Amino acid sequence: MKANLVYFAWVRERIGKTEEEIELPETVVTVRDLLSHLKGLGEEYENALEYPDVIRVALNQEHVEHDEPIAGAREIGIFPPMTGG
Amino acid sequence: MTTPTIRVQPNDFDLQAEVDALTDGRTDIGAVVSFVGLCRGEQGKLSALELEHYPGMAETEMRRIVDLAIERFTLIGATAIHRHGRIEPGQNIVLVIATAAHRQAAFDGANFIMDFLKTSAPFWKKEHAADGTAGNWIEAKGIDDKAADKWL
Repeated sequence: MKANLVYFAWVRERIGKTEEEIELPETVVTVRDLLSHLKGLGEEYENALEYPDVIRVALNQEHVEHDEPIAGAREIGIFPPMTGG
Repeated sequence: MTTPTIRVQPNDFDLQAEVDALTDGRTDIGAVVSFVGLCRGEQGKLSALELEHYPGMAETEMRRIVDLAIERFTLIGATAIHRHGRIEPGQNIVLVIATAAHRQAAFDGANFIMDFLKTSAPFWKKEHAADGTAGNWIEAKGIDDKAADKWL
């Protein structure tokens, strides 16, 4: 499936892109699978996603846990823990 | 209950105007609690903060948090405004207002909204140092997660 990814804060800076559309293999089912797949795409991804457990993910702009399936998500947001307020 | 005001904007806000918008023409409100978060200068070490947000999701998440607070504390009204972009020491970052019949609900409502804005609204702060060195992203604090956990 194709996935629209959007990145924020240091995840965005390390990957060097604000957004991209990528083709995912069928073996990528959950958020955890997605992060592990992305990590293998190159040094910049490896830098951004070195510690996948701290990375937060939103499917269609809603927070999800890493065991959530990504099927059907129009937009997948990937970012560090939030520091607003 | 009035429809809550939720805004994400680059420009500053006017505390009194936002309080007036919640209270004008009403006689059922007995308490207004407001919180304003400001940018600290960190003893001269910081020249500015840069606030990044996830457009769309930031507003949606703020609305979800405010709606939870209204329901839980029976608030009469609520406002949450978060700025983005470059913010210098002494300037405002965030405004939360809660109105209720009695003070405890208004205090708790504003506190609840702030605690969850910190941990689940998609905003990130980057520091720009006064000496011109490269900015660091502020790290999330465990103390903020603990503050939010007390409402569970």
